[in-house]
Amino acid sequence: MKVAFTLNGTATVWRGLPVTRLAAALRDDLGLTGTKVGCDAGDCGACTVLLDDRQVCACLVAMGQVEGRTVETVENLERSDGGLARLQEAFLAHGAAQCGICTPGMLMAAEDLLRRTRQPGRAEIEEALGGVLCRCTGYGKIIEAVLAASQQPMVRLSPPAGAAVGARMVRVDGHAKVTGRDLFGADAVPDDALWIRVVRSPHARARFELGDLGALRHRLAAVLTAADVPFNGFGIYPDIKDQPVLAAGIVRYRGEAVLALVGDRATVLSIGDDEVPIRWTPEAPVMGIDAATAAGASLVQADKPRNLLLDGGVRRGDVATAFAGCAAIVEGLFETAFVEHAYIEPEAGWARRVGDRIEIHVTTQTPYMDRDEIANVMRLSPDSVRIVPTACGGGFGGKLDLSVQPLVALAAWRLKRPVACVYTRPESMAATTKRHPARIAAKFGCDAAGKLVACDVRATFDTGAYASWGPTVANRVPVHAMGPYAVPHVRTWGEAFFTNGPPAGAFRGFGVPQAAIAHEAMMDALADRLDIDRLEFRHRNALRAGDTTATGQVLAHSAGLAQCLDALRPHWRRAHDEVAAFNAASGARRRGVGIGCMWYGIGNTSMSNPSRIRIGLSPSGELTLYNGAVDIGQGSNTILTQIAADALGLPAGQFVLVAGDTDRTADAGKTSASRQTFVSGKAAERAGHDLRRQILRLANAGSDATLSLEGTRITVRDGAEVRTIDLAATGPLTAEGTFDPPTTALDADGQGVPYATYAFAAQIATVEVDLELGTVKVLRIVAAHDVGRAINPTLVEGQIEGGIAQGLGLALMEEFLPERTENLHDYLIPTVGDVPEIDCILIEDAEPLGPSGAKGVGEPGLVPTAPAILGAVHHATGVRAMRVPLLPHRLHEAIVAAKGKRA
Amino acid sequence: MGAYLRPRRLEEALLALDRPHVVLAGGTDFYPARVGRAIEEDVLDIGALAALRGISAVAGGWRLGATTTWSELVEADLPPLFDGLKQAAREVGGRQIQNVGTLAGNLCNASPAADGVPCLLALDAEVEVASRTGARRLALGQFITGPRRTALKPGELVVALHVPRPAHPTRSAFLKLGARRYLVISIAMAAATVEIADDRIAAARVAVGACSAVAQRLPALEAALAGARVDRSLADRVDPAHFTPLAPIDDVRGSASYRSDAVLVLLRRLLTSIAS
Ligand SMILES: Cc1cc2nc3c(=O)[nH]c(=O)nc-3n(C[C@H](O)[C@H](O)[C@H](O)COP(=O)(O)OP(=O)(O)OC[C@H]3O[C@@H](n4cnc5c(N)ncnc54)[C@H](O)[C@@H]3O)c2cc1C
Ligand code: FES
Ligand code: FES
Repeated sequence: MKVAFTLNGTATVWRGLPVTRLAAALRDDLGLTGTKVGCDAGDCGACTVLLDDRQVCACLVAMGQVEGRTVETVENLERSDGGLARLQEAFLAHGAAQCGICTPGMLMAAEDLLRRTRQPGRAEIEEALGGVLCRCTGYGKIIEAVLAASQQPMVRLSPPAGAAVGARMVRVDGHAKVTGRDLFGADAVPDDALWIRVVRSPHARARFELGDLGALRHRLAAVLTAADVPFNGFGIYPDIKDQPVLAAGIVRYRGEAVLALVGDRATVLSIGDDEVPIRWTPEAPVMGIDAATAAGASLVQADKPRNLLLDGGVRRGDVATAFAGCAAIVEGLFETAFVEHAYIEPEAGWARRVGDRIEIHVTTQTPYMDRDEIANVMRLSPDSVRIVPTACGGGFGGKLDLSVQPLVALAAWRLKRPVACVYTRPESMAATTKRHPARIAAKFGCDAAGKLVACDVRATFDTGAYASWGPTVANRVPVHAMGPYAVPHVRTWGEAFFTNGPPAGAFRGFGVPQAAIAHEAMMDALADRLDIDRLEFRHRNALRAGDTTATGQVLAHSAGLAQCLDALRPHWRRAHDEVAAFNAASGARRRGVGIGCMWYGIGNTSMSNPSRIRIGLSPSGELTLYNGAVDIGQGSNTILTQIAADALGLPAGQFVLVAGDTDRTADAGKTSASRQTFVSGKAAERAGHDLRRQILRLANAGSDATLSLEGTRITVRDGAEVRTIDLAATGPLTAEGTFDPPTTALDADGQGVPYATYAFAAQIATVEVDLELGTVKVLRIVAAHDVGRAINPTLVEGQIEGGIAQGLGLALMEEFLPERTENLHDYLIPTVGDVPEIDCILIEDAEPLGPSGAKGVGEPGLVPTAPAILGAVHHATGVRAMRVPLLPHRLHEAIVAAKGKRA
Repeated sequence: MGAYLRPRRLEEALLALDRPHVVLAGGTDFYPARVGRAIEEDVLDIGALAALRGISAVAGGWRLGATTTWSELVEADLPPLFDGLKQAAREVGGRQIQNVGTLAGNLCNASPAADGVPCLLALDAEVEVASRTGARRLALGQFITGPRRTALKPGELVVALHVPRPAHPTRSAFLKLGARRYLVISIAMAAATVEIADDRIAAARVAVGACSAVAQRLPALEAALAGARVDRSLADRVDPAHFTPLAPIDDVRGSASYRSDAVLVLLRRLLTSIAS
C-alpha cells in the first residue's frame, strides 16, 4: 500500500504493508535511524516522535494510520541553517545525553512540551518526559536541560590549551547524540544483510533433540546449530569456556540459544517457534542457592561438583577472639534478587566476511575481548577478526559478554554475506546476564567507643547457568565486604553456585552493591546500639590514608571517605531537622534519613589490566586520539581527550577521535571496573606526554614551551623564542602511552594488593514512607564522592546521578524473574518521576598514580544508594529490609509485622 | 500477509467484520502483543471512522466515541462527574500512550488492571456495540466477562460508551497504586462516584480494579454509603466485609493480602478526597 504523509516538513510517499510500525518504516525504509527502538512495546519511549504535533511511540503506530498526517523526528530539530536547536544545545551543555540512545525520544517528548508550554516547571517536565526511560543519567541533567532550553541560550565551553582537565567540556561525541546521527548497533546494518532470529529454550533445564530441519533450511539461507560452531564454548576466563554459542542437546536456563535461523528479515520473523522441530524433555530445574547447595542437588554443569563455581576469602587477625571482647555485636542475613541491566539499546550488530577475515560491527563494552573470543569460537587467529564497536546504548556490565557476535560472525563467514542480529527486548532480558542474587550473612562488632573490632561476612551468590563474570564477583566481594572501614580482625568469604537461572555476570559494582547493603545495615545497627550518630560512627571508623586494609594493603594516598562525611555533615543535620519537623505532625506518612558509604577498588582484582593509547599527528596536521577504550555513555571519549590534550598542550577541540576499532587502535582493555579514567586515562596522559616530548625535541625547546597547531604547522613558543615545525616536512608523528595499575596476587588468606587505588563515597537519602501502603518516595539524595580529580565535573556528576538511579531501582523496584518479568512493563526501572533531586559534592583527594590525580567513578555512584535508602526507611519506620527490592507489599508486610510485635 | 482495512464509514467496517479481523484502534495493546514476530492477521483499523470519534452531551447523558483517546478526554470540557475518569486518563502509561490509546481499546483489551474500567463502572457506563445486524447496549459489567474476555460477538464493534446523567450533583475520584511514578501497571486502583443531595449521599458507586479477574463494583459499600453525610467520617464507613466481590491474587506486583489491605486504604483515601 502507498502512504502519503508529511515527514519532517516534506511530502513523503512510503510503500509497504500498512501494519508496519512507523518506527520500522522510519528506520528501515526512510533512512531516519535517529528514532530508536528499545522495546517495540511502548515501554521505553526511545521511539518517541511527534504525530500531528503530539508525542507518540512510533513503535505503536501503524503506517496505515499515518496517511495524510505529519510526522516529526529528531532529525527535524536542527535549525534550517544547520545549527542546533536551543533544546539540543541545552542537552549538550548540561550533559543530558550519556549513551544517547534515549536522547532522540527525550528530545521529542521535551519538544512536545515546549511547543505547548513556553516556560515549564519541573513538575510539568516530569509529566511530559514520564514516558521515556533513561538508564544512564538519572534524569536530573535532562530536566536541567529542558528547564534551560526555555531560558537563556547556551554558551558552549571549549577549553583552551592546558585547561581541559577540570573543565565542564561538552562531550566530544555529543553532537552526534543530540542530532540522532550517532550510529548504534542496529542503525547501520547494510541493506543486503541477512537477518538472524535465535530460537531459544522455553525451559530452565531440559534435554532436547532436533528433528528434521530440512524444510526450514529450504526456506532459509541457513539454520545454524551447535554442530556449526567450531569451538562451542565461550566465557570470560581463559580456562572456563563453559557457555555454548548454541546449545548441544541440553539447555541450562530459559532463554538459552538453541538455533539460529538465518534468512531475509521478513522470513525469519515469520517463522514461529512452533514450526521449529525440537523435541524437549524438560527436567526439574535447580533454582536458587538453597536448591543448588542442597544435599544431592542435581548438577547444573556435570563437571562442577557441588554446583560450586568458586570460593575464597580474606582472613586477617583473630576474629573469634576479637568478637569475644566486643562491646556490641550485630548480625544480619540479607538477600538480593537477579537484576537486569535494562540498557535501552538491546544487543545488536552485524558481521561481514572480508576475504579471510571477519569484521563485526557491534554494540559492546570490550572490543578486544570480543575479538579474542570470536577467534577462539571460530578457530581463527585474533588478527583475522576485526571488531568495530558501534555507539553503545548502555552497557553497565551487560555488554561485556558475547551476545550476537558469534552468531552473526559464523553466519556471515559461512554465507559470505553480511548478517545482522538485533535482539528483541524480551530476548535481551531472557538471554543475557544479570546481577548476581546474593545471600549475605554479616556479623560486626565494635568496642565501647564505637571503633570496629571484628567482622565476619559470608557472601553466597547465585551465578546462574554459566560462569560469565561469577569469579570476578566472588573475588571482589570478600575484599570489599567489611566496607570502607578500618577493621583489625576480618574474615570474609565469597562463594558462587551454579543454578538454572540466567547467567549472572557483570553489573555495575560486581557484587559490591549487594555487600554494601549488608555492611551498611550493620553500621547503622552498631551506631544505634551504642547511641552514636550514624554518620559519626562511620566517620570514626573510615579508612584513611596511612591505614592498612583487610588485605594488608597500606593506603598511602587518596582515601577521602572522612572528607566525604565531613562534607555531608551539614546536610545530614539539616535533613534530620526537616524530617523531625515533618514527623511531628504524625500521619500516614513518615520520613527518614539514611546514610551509605562505600569503597571501590579501581580496575581488575589482582590481575594485570593494561591500557595502551596512541596519538597521531599526520602530515596534514590532523591530531588523532586512537582510543581503544569504548565509551558506553560514561564519557571516556571526552575524558581521555581532555587528559591527552593537557598532557600534550594543545586544545582538546583539536583532537579527532578513532575509537574502539581493533584494526585502528591499541588494546585499552574493557570498559568495566571503573577503570577507563584511571587506567586508560593514565595511558592517554603518557601518550600526550610522549608526543609533547617529540615535538619539543624537534623544536629543541624546553619543557615549559607552549604549543599551537594551525594547518600543518606546529608553533612552539619557548619564552621569547618561537619555532615552527611543518608537519608536511617532518612527516607523521606517533606517540604511545601504556599503563597497568600495580597490584599483586592475593595469597590463600586474601592478603596482598588487589587494587592500585580505591574510590570512596558516602550518600545521604531522605525518604517518605507511606506507612499504610508500604510505598517509598525518595525525596532527596546528597552524594559526596572522592574521585581523586574530576576531569570533567559534568560527566562525573552524570555517572553519580545515573548510578544513584540504578541504586534506587535495586533498593525499591528491580527484580528479574525468568518468564515473568521479561519486558519493561513487568520489570520496572525508575522513571523521571522516581529519581529525586540529587546534590553531588565532589571531593578531590588526588591519587598520585592517576592522570592528574583522577580515580574512577563509573560504579561507585550506585553502591551507597541502596544502603542509604534502606537506612532511611529504617529511620522512618523501624523496619530493616532484609530482602531487596523492598517492594510495597514487602515493606507493608514488615510494617504490619513490626506493629504486631510491638502490640 | 494479512489484509489491512481503514474504512471511513461505519457500514464498511461492519461489512468487513463478516470475516474475522483484529480491530486496531490506538495500537497500544495491539503492538506490544506482537513483539519480534511478523504480523499476519487481517486488521481492521477503526481510526478513520468518524462515527466513533468525539465526546458529546446527548439526551440523558454523554456519549464517548469508542476511539476517544485519553488525552482527548482530559482536554474535553466535562462536568465534575468525569473528574475520576480524567484522573485515570492522566495515569494511563505516559503522554505517548495517552495521545493514542483509546477508551474502548482499554475496555476491549479487558485487562484486570485496565485503569479505565473501575471509573467507567463507577459512572454506570454502558457499551454501545454495533454489527451488520444492528446495535445493542450492554452495561459495562456485562460487557467484560473475564480477564481478556468480552461479550463482543463475531462481527461486533464497540461504537461508543454512554455515561448517564446522574440525578444529583456529583463528585468522582480515582486512585491508583503502582510501584513507580509513571508507566506502571496498577497493583490496585479504586474509583468512586457519589451523588449528593442535601449534604448527604443520595447514591454511591464504587469500583475496585486489579483485585479480581474483572474490576468489581462493591454494592455493600455503596449501600453503606447511601444516606451518609459527606464529611470526613465517610472513610470510616469502609469495611473489609464490603470486599466480598474481590478475589485478589499474588503476582509479581504484589501479594493477595497486600492488595486487600491496600484496597481498604485506597478506598478510605478516595472517600476522604471526595468529602473534602
Ligand atoms: C507503555 C504502556 C503503558 C500502558 N499503561 C496503561 C495503564 O497505566 N493503564 C491502563 O489501563 N492501560 C495501560 N496500557 C494499555 C493500553 O494503553 C490501554 O489499554 C489503551 O486504552 C488501549 O487502547 P488502544 O486504542 O491503544 O487499544 P488497541 O491496542 O488498539 O486495541 C486493544 C484491544 O481492543 C480491541 N479493540 C479496540 N477498539 C475496539 C473497538 N472499538 N471495538 C472492538 N474491539 C476493539 C482490539 O482489537 C484489541 O484487542 C498501557 C500500554 C502501554 C503500551
Ligand atoms: S521502542 Fe517504542 S517505546 Fe520502546
Ligand atoms: S543516556 Fe539515556 S539511556 Fe543512555
